[in-house]
Amino acid sequence: MASSIQEWKGKAICVVTSDGRTIMGDLVGNDQVQNVILEDAQERIYSNDAPVETVELGLYVIRGDNVCMIADYDKEKLVDTAAPPLPTILQQQH
Amino acid sequence: MIFLSFFKTLVGKEIAVELKNDVVMTGTLHSVDQYLNIKLLNVKVVNPDKYPQLVALQNCFVRGSVVRYIQIPPEHVDTELLQDAARKENAPAK
Repeated sequence: MASSIQEWKGKAICVVTSDGRTIMGDLVGNDQVQNVILEDAQERIYSNDAPVETVELGLYVIRGDNVCMIADYDKEKLVDTAAPPLPTILQQQH
Repeated sequence: MIFLSFFKTLVGKEIAVELKNDVVMTGTLHSVDQYLNIKLLNVKVVNPDKYPQLVALQNCFVRGSVVRYIQIPPEHVDTELLQDAARKENAPAK
């Protein structure tokens, strides 16, 4: 339900995309197909041989097709150690 | 709509969701919609050492299109009722 994302409006959320990226930001808008608008977005880049790198993205719009998960998170529990990036989800070409 | 109704009977139960990127998460089912998008409360990643980027997540909206399996405790499924419902759904129109 779109309303289940709505309740995070104005809050910090984490979006995991189907290509395995994790993008954190404050939710400013969303719709029924999970398009999301994030403010002060930053991508947390995980790699095998380096600790997490954070890249500032600013205002960011993610098209719903590419969304895998949307979640709220506990800032205290973020892990900054090196880790393999999440696997991607291959999308069918229409 | 039979699977929507079926998953609605599992609201509040602990389920495990395997995504197409091989991540498995468990959590309490909060809601489902017509696309089988699901929302889980208090999610835990089954393999936190492998996916440290997901351990901080708390409540999670999962897009239906990225779900591969949903594992449900057998005691919460009334297979007879499900079979009856499936037969009714597929019954020839009179």
